[in-house]
Amino acid sequence: MIQVHKTTDSKLSLSHILVAYAALTIGGICGMLQGLVRGGVIELPYGIGYYQVLTAHGVLMALVFTTFFIIGFLYAGMVRTTGPLLPTVNKIAWVGFLMMTVGTVLGVIMVLLNKATVLYTFYAPMKASPWFYVALVLIVVGSWCALVAIVSQFRYWKRTHKGKISPLFAFMAASTMILWFIATLGVAATVLLQFIPWSFGWVDTINVMISRTLFWYFGHPLVYFWLLPTYVVWYVILPKMIGGKIFSDSMARLAFILFLIFSVPVGLHHQLMEPGISPTWKYIQVVLTFLVVVPSLMTAFAMFATFESYGRSKGAKGLFGWIRMLPYGDVRFLAPFVGMLLFIPAGAGGIINASNQMNAVVHNTLFVTGHFHLTVATTVALTFFGVTYWLIPHLTGRTFTKKLNRMGIWVTIIWAIGMVIMSAAMHIVGLFGAPRRTAYTTYNDHPVALEWLTYERVMAISGVLLFIAIILLVISIVMMLRAPKGEEEFPIAEVNAAAGQTPAVLDKWWIWIIILAVLIVFAYTMPFIDLINSGPGSKGWVTW
Amino acid sequence: MHIHRLEKLWIIIGTAMLVVFLVAIGIGAYAMGNHPPGHTSSIKLDPEKVYETPPFDNPGLEKIGENEYNAYIVAYIYGYNPGNIEIPVGATVHFYVTSADVVHGFNIPGTIVNMMAIPGEVNEMTYTFDEPAEYLLLCNEYCGIGHEYMATTITVKG
Ligand code: HEM
Ligand SMILES: [Cu+2]
Ligand SMILES: [Cu+2]
Repeated sequence: MIQVHKTTDSKLSLSHILVAYAALTIGGICGMLQGLVRGGVIELPYGIGYYQVLTAHGVLMALVFTTFFIIGFLYAGMVRTTGPLLPTVNKIAWVGFLMMTVGTVLGVIMVLLNKATVLYTFYAPMKASPWFYVALVLIVVGSWCALVAIVSQFRYWKRTHKGKISPLFAFMAASTMILWFIATLGVAATVLLQFIPWSFGWVDTINVMISRTLFWYFGHPLVYFWLLPTYVVWYVILPKMIGGKIFSDSMARLAFILFLIFSVPVGLHHQLMEPGISPTWKYIQVVLTFLVVVPSLMTAFAMFATFESYGRSKGAKGLFGWIRMLPYGDVRFLAPFVGMLLFIPAGAGGIINASNQMNAVVHNTLFVTGHFHLTVATTVALTFFGVTYWLIPHLTGRTFTKKLNRMGIWVTIIWAIGMVIMSAAMHIVGLFGAPRRTAYTTYNDHPVALEWLTYERVMAISGVLLFIAIILLVISIVMMLRAPKGEEEFPIAEVNAAAGQTPAVLDKWWIWIIILAVLIVFAYTMPFIDLINSGPGSKGWVTW
Repeated sequence: MHIHRLEKLWIIIGTAMLVVFLVAIGIGAYAMGNHPPGHTSSIKLDPEKVYETPPFDNPGLEKIGENEYNAYIVAYIYGYNPGNIEIPVGATVHFYVTSADVVHGFNIPGTIVNMMAIPGEVNEMTYTFDEPAEYLLLCNEYCGIGHEYMATTITVKG
């Protein structure tokens, strides 16, 4: 067992995790306010705009909370599976952390000053202060330092362990960061080549459709950047938590490679309702989108197989006897497990969103908001919460106490109930047509809009419930930082002995990256040629 | 590489269902013409000159058949030009929508009319209004401080 606490590596991880939770807390206040405003319960006090709050919520939750947590968690796992970070790797990692933190603070200041009320998608031709885009560049380039750090550490391990298959965690961490890098090339391109020159006034106009297409080239794999670390927890950590084994090392790697390949050349499914893109290319990307079903099925199989083999090894009888054997009383298992269960309805909703005809019913309605509060704000967030309850004690050399466990179980239950209710209300009212990203309104008491109010009130109530969960979570974190000194292990499961050798080809990155590059060129070349040939661009607008 | 027997079966069945599903939406799109809105339209506009460029120099309804119309509509902060459209029941309307400023939405709840209005581009969609009612037409993409007021009605008269 490698001792990590009190080293600069553990401070590195801990710093990321604490920034992540600061973002979650502020983002959570925003989320609650949004629910209360939309439900017609309160009005924001003078000076604060609904869309300002919503911009902060989107940026802090979707970009800051997730990215910081993921990177901090992956560093800790790299240390656990490949040894202490090399001194240069550690330095690069700190540089990345500082850049991301400065970027976050600068971005939040711009939003607070009402200079960047453009929501986290910052669609052109709305033009924010150039410093908002500079903040985004800092966050992205800072995260690239994390890529360099994790991949260098991975390659160092490979160099010093010739002929061996890499540790599964390290492999998965590297795939997550490679996915992130390939995805962020799109957002970096639009921000550096389009938004920054235009917002500083160096050029007059912007090609709106190209900026949207580059954004969504990034926006879809972004969700897989959240999901892959979640799957790391499910594949590598949960089996250890319950005392079981990893079902198959090679299938887990194959699933990650397929996720990497099928999550990038598919962003057009977010643009199905847009002009300027031919329906054929939309359909091709819809087909590619759905191929992600294959690794998802593999993941579902691996999870249930792990749980079932463990249950049977404990003497469970019958087809479903193993269900009773799982450690539901332990938040470190319960939180990710609840997230896993709620991923089943969440995935079903995703199939509706991405189908080119059904999308017309739900596009830009609250249905979509309901969908991603089930996926990222429930499945991913609960998995990360579960990790937090052992990771912070592990990093700080403290113990995970019974009291902390009880708190964690309450957080899990309240969060799950709050999110299920809020998402259900959002899905239903979205099917009735209620738009997302819209402050309180009844459209002059139009009867169609009046019917939405009940559901919007339900959203308001569940938002308060969720905020209570966040308060309990913050209290838990403070308690963890002051818990009795001790040792808490970073759980990494072993591979099932019957699983067989992992083929070396699965560990060869360049093959998979070339395949992915070919697919990206195939899926995007023609749509881009069409878009570049469009008419004159747009000047900037400040409409807030 | 060893793959469990049941896992093979599970993946094969799952993939087969996926293929059926994708073929179904493919048939919907290509054989039944249920494409999502918007094409690589031949009309490209200068966003600064929307009201000088045909057909948007004359926004509104154009009767092109027995009970069939072209509707040329400009979305702007915070409304639609023209607003409060009236049409007879059973009318088939071909919507042509663009924006005079930022990105807007164009959504009629209760129908499948839902598309983006983007400066410089023209989005197209056809819908037949079989039910008499006062439909709400609203913007479902954030467009600025008055976004939640951006709506009008389409009245289908029986
Ligand atoms: C206290 C818990 C939360 C509450 C009460 C909450 C509530 C809301 C509400 C009401 C909206 C919709 C606003 C609108 O469209 O008008 C929203 C949007 C959103 N939420 Fe949350 N949320 C919470 C947690 C989260 C978490 C944990 C994440 C992600 C990790 C998240 C990500 C988002 C995103 C990305 C949007 C879309 C922002 C946009 O449309 O620009 N939320 N949230
Ligand atoms: Cu997507
Ligand atoms: Cu709007």
